[in-house]
Amino acid sequence: MRSPSKNLLLVAPGLGWIAMFMVIPCLLIFTLSFFERGTYGGVDYIFTLDNFVRAMDPIYVGILLDSIRIAGTATIVALLLAYPTAYAISLAPRNKQTTLLFLVMLPFWSNYLIRTYAWIVLLNREGLINNTLESIGVISEPLDILYNEFAVVTGLVYNYLPFVVLAIYASISKLNPEMREASEDLGAPAWKTFLRITLPLTMPGVAAGAVFIFVLSVGNFITPDLLGGGKLQMVGNLIYDQFLSARDWPFGATLSFILIGIMMMLLFGQAVLVNRAQLDNDKTHSHIDDEDEQSLPAINTAALDKEKSYA
Amino acid sequence: MKLLKTIGIAAFAASVALSSTAASAQKLIVSNWDGYMPADMMERFKKATGIDAELALHATNEEIMGKVVASKGRGYDVLFVSSPFVEALDKLDLISDLDHSKIGNTKNLYNQASYLKYDRGNKHSMPYAWGTTGLCYRSDLMQTPTSWNELLNPAKALKGKVTMLSTDRWLMAAGFLSLGHSVNTKDRSEIAEATALLKQAKKTILAYDDATFYAKLVSGEATMTHAWDGWCNYGTAENAAIKYVIPKEGTDMWVDSMVITKNSKMKKEAHAFINFVMSEQIGAWLANNVMYKTPNKVAMESLDKSLLKAYPNLAMTPDEIMSQEQLRDLGSTQKAYTKAVTEILASN
Repeated sequence: MRSPSKNLLLVAPGLGWIAMFMVIPCLLIFTLSFFERGTYGGVDYIFTLDNFVRAMDPIYVGILLDSIRIAGTATIVALLLAYPTAYAISLAPRNKQTTLLFLVMLPFWSNYLIRTYAWIVLLNREGLINNTLESIGVISEPLDILYNEFAVVTGLVYNYLPFVVLAIYASISKLNPEMREASEDLGAPAWKTFLRITLPLTMPGVAAGAVFIFVLSVGNFITPDLLGGGKLQMVGNLIYDQFLSARDWPFGATLSFILIGIMMMLLFGQAVLVNRAQLDNDKTHSHIDDEDEQSLPAINTAALDKEKSYA
Repeated sequence: MKLLKTIGIAAFAASVALSSTAASAQKLIVSNWDGYMPADMMERFKKATGIDAELALHATNEEIMGKVVASKGRGYDVLFVSSPFVEALDKLDLISDLDHSKIGNTKNLYNQASYLKYDRGNKHSMPYAWGTTGLCYRSDLMQTPTSWNELLNPAKALKGKVTMLSTDRWLMAAGFLSLGHSVNTKDRSEIAEATALLKQAKKTILAYDDATFYAKLVSGEATMTHAWDGWCNYGTAENAAIKYVIPKEGTDMWVDSMVITKNSKMKKEAHAFINFVMSEQIGAWLANNVMYKTPNKVAMESLDKSLLKAYPNLAMTPDEIMSQEQLRDLGSTQKAYTKAVTEILASN
């Protein structure tokens, strides 16, 4: 048995790290959001609520709603693609599953920016897709599939799909096969087994995947800039502009604070969902093997690392 | 309120400490855009003067402005900023007057370079590069454009094949020029008029592009782009059919300048650095490598005739450049420009 003081010593570096690089910066952002911008971009230390009033201006609310719509679309598309993929991987023989998961992660070996630029090469009017379609005679005029919302959603889905697949896979592979078998033994057709047993029991994975991609997408500014051709403003671009071009740090801080608030609420909702599922699971005495229990937090870390690498 | 102020200052100080790359006291600290000086500039300077100098980088005027305003200029000696920012830094009393007796190479400048409206007589800034903003286009695919309206309301064949700059001053300038207004206007109704026009124009452009527009011309994705003259040359280098033109309504003129911070503890060395940058060899390097024009007369005269032929906008005379309207600081009107640009970029 370790003494409590020793335990404290062990968690201190981790807690210190979080306090230094997470809690304090968030507090600084919160504090800055109550001051005024100086004429030349400094901060005038005069208390004001103007920034919050300004954030309610229809332009900014519109940008926030656009961001939510775009991130929401990306989330739905990613879930529709990721669920069957994760399901198929979980049905593959155990030894092949590792390889398949490895393939899902493979795109992360290259840089986020390079992967995004690659889509410009694919989608532009003189690009691979348009040239191929034109040469086989499917289209006579190049399609406008770059520099619009379609391209932005494509880029977001592509970049974050692996997280969603992994989160859902973790949930599906945790599922006790006996549950499905019992449902089949009792005469339920396959679709009913899926809808009544598999899907509800894997909801925590779906929620985790959805929150990952939504949170990462809603604050993204590189993808709308490159694939949206700057024609789409998401809240991430707006915040970026406040700090790096408008030099309005207090307003940028206010917008960041609002965005952090939205993300916190979503993460909280997801945690509640996972907790509830955990309780249900415990009630049914389902067996969870250790390896699978590990995989969910592991993805959490991967997601955070990834976000840091381009933020 | 006092407590609030203390917390705020602490917040600001912490963020500055984290963002500031320049801290050393013994070395001269120069902040410039990446690639805007020879890669071995600091070695050359040390060899010529024996002074140790360190290069810090900023990506935009706004970035260095943010840092300097927050730190009151401490930690930096020489800054490279564009003309409106020289004016803003002067109004904030953050830059010092220059001692011309310590900058012998002032004699290398064109006469015209001492009549810049934002700093007559180069009292607190020395110009390094100057140029204009206009249209960069594929002369093999279209007639020479003559008006800003051709960018904002393109002919049918050009719809979806033009790009615009999205940096606030230049995006707004395209609208102002097309409507016959000043690029420095502070009139709210003129700003609103340009905003409406630019929202309309957004529907016919391919993309906003401040960094890779010349590549879009080379690849054929775009036929005409809103461009800085020097950057258009990067396209010309790959395809000689890519040309630069200033529309008949005229355009803005910008100057990238050097200033010394008021809080610099190495003013003598800072003057020596500026003097060194204004030598013929550095000016010629700029024109040959960055393909920007410099107000450095001896450097411009040393250029190879074939270079000027290949890149005609390098041959623009000081009078031609100076005939355009100089970009000025907007003071508190800047906020209205920023908001207008947000409105344009967020519109559908």
